[in-house]
Amino acid sequence: MATATAEQVQQLHDLIVSKLEAKIPGVVLHTEIQYDFPVFEVNKAKIYQVLEFLKTDPVLSFEFLTTMCGLHYPDNSAKEFGMMYQLHNLPKNTRIRIKTFFPASAMELPTMIPLWAGANWMEREAFDFFGITFKDHPNLKRILNMEDITFFPLRKDFPLEDPTRDDKNDSMFGR
Amino acid sequence: MNEHLNNDTAAPEEKVYTTLNLGPTHPATHGIFQNVLKMDGEIIVDAEPTIGYIHRAFEKLAERRPFNQITPITDRLNYCSSPINNMGWHMTVEKLINAEIPKNVQYMRVVIMELARIADHIICNSVIGVDTGALTGFTYIFQWREKIYEIYEEICGARLTTNIGRIGGFERMWPEKAWQRIDDFMKEFPKELKQFEDLLMRNRIFMDRTINAGGINAERALQYSFTGPNLRATGIDYDVRVMNPYSSYEDFDFVIPVGTSGDVYDRFMVRQQEMWESLSIIRQALKNIDRKSTVFHGDVPEFCLPAKEEVYNNMEALIYHFKIVMGETDIPVGEVYHQVEGANGELGFYLISDGGRTPYRLHFRRPCFIYYQSYPEIIKGGMLSDAILAMSSMNVIAGELDA
Repeated sequence: MATATAEQVQQLHDLIVSKLEAKIPGVVLHTEIQYDFPVFEVNKAKIYQVLEFLKTDPVLSFEFLTTMCGLHYPDNSAKEFGMMYQLHNLPKNTRIRIKTFFPASAMELPTMIPLWAGANWMEREAFDFFGITFKDHPNLKRILNMEDITFFPLRKDFPLEDPTRDDKNDSMFGR
Repeated sequence: MNEHLNNDTAAPEEKVYTTLNLGPTHPATHGIFQNVLKMDGEIIVDAEPTIGYIHRAFEKLAERRPFNQITPITDRLNYCSSPINNMGWHMTVEKLINAEIPKNVQYMRVVIMELARIADHIICNSVIGVDTGALTGFTYIFQWREKIYEIYEEICGARLTTNIGRIGGFERMWPEKAWQRIDDFMKEFPKELKQFEDLLMRNRIFMDRTINAGGINAERALQYSFTGPNLRATGIDYDVRVMNPYSSYEDFDFVIPVGTSGDVYDRFMVRQQEMWESLSIIRQALKNIDRKSTVFHGDVPEFCLPAKEEVYNNMEALIYHFKIVMGETDIPVGEVYHQVEGANGELGFYLISDGGRTPYRLHFRRPCFIYYQSYPEIIKGGMLSDAILAMSSMNVIAGELDA
């Protein structure tokens, strides 16, 4: 067993696109291949059905949730925030990445805990750092940061350093 | 008769539970872990872990640092085996820039990563012994972790937060003293490990204490996205080194030890066996490494600092020197995920590059953050002393948990 070749990744990509389109027409918005990963951007309204299908389909059976994390692209209007899910089929050793994007005004996603118990803390992390909320999550509160902070630190508009400082001039370093 | 000896008061109608605050700093938990336990006598009914006490915002920090300055951040994830984290990060960037790394350097990386795995497993397994009351094994085997740290020291100058290697290879060729120390370690360590094994492996008290304690079955372990020795203890042979070989792991002959019941004893045994496999991998690698080689990194001048005498005499070297130091290296646009078999599971780096001097987004897949959430489920219905044992056998490292 070894890491998939470019050809195998392409085949997997084509298979998933055709299967997803047959099951839930129009759900795949954009696809690409990033290094050894097929990446699919799917419709946010159908994200739960997509992941459930990918997990339970006997051929695809992506039964292992490797990781998930929030994303923030403030310049993409109506698609500022995103969520990335990375799935793994352990027996066949194939990996895929699913993304979904949504505007800052609709920050609610369905929780994936019914599919993977391990989604619990990963979703709390996305809530803690990006403010993405998860419908029906049993314990949606901050996980790594203090509970009483009012900001979401991994958003791009949250400055890493104290913005009121005037003793540093980084402009000549391209920052 | 004394009033207070009168024992005929009725038992309470409703069951009374005790709330016990275990941690954040508790001598038995080896790190900053808080669990609010609901206890029925000595039986745990419910648990609520609170984490984040040493959160240092690594993912945010990484968004402002040039790529070569992110390595010190990775040191501080699982600080018991920093070289694996360092190498994992280097390989992530090398994947992004499509760098070719010489075989010799890859084998050297394998040696340092397997040494780190042994160091990590020494800590975890000897601490399982301590938590069962067997301090002796710990006091003997722990000096071998020290010997591994001395090897790190010869290679990179640091012991715990190593910052070993650079994107593209190593910072310099390993000195003669480092090879000497590795050879000594390989000669002496197996019999010490055997001695440690003899002390605990078939020890009746240790077995009674650990078998059927803190177990989880394979199905639940997969539900919780377990990886590493904890998953293998449940019987699933998933090892990144075999499934997605990196750094030439496909050249080595080794087996994946698996357990059956996923309890504390199985986790101990899997780690124990993995140490023997690591020793075998190091032995195979050492046989094929050319120690006299002067090549210690791949052909990526934008990432490997040139030698000082060249910087003074060669214009190209001077340019690269400044580009690296100022963090102005060109990086392709793209997103890449690279996974390595960390000492406690699949350590992943999800890197989005927008072509800028820093990552646009960097997400660490930290294995113990993901599997520690199963802790309440594992300890429910067990005794408090088993909960302590379950935590140390899961190898939860606070630095990695809290990022």
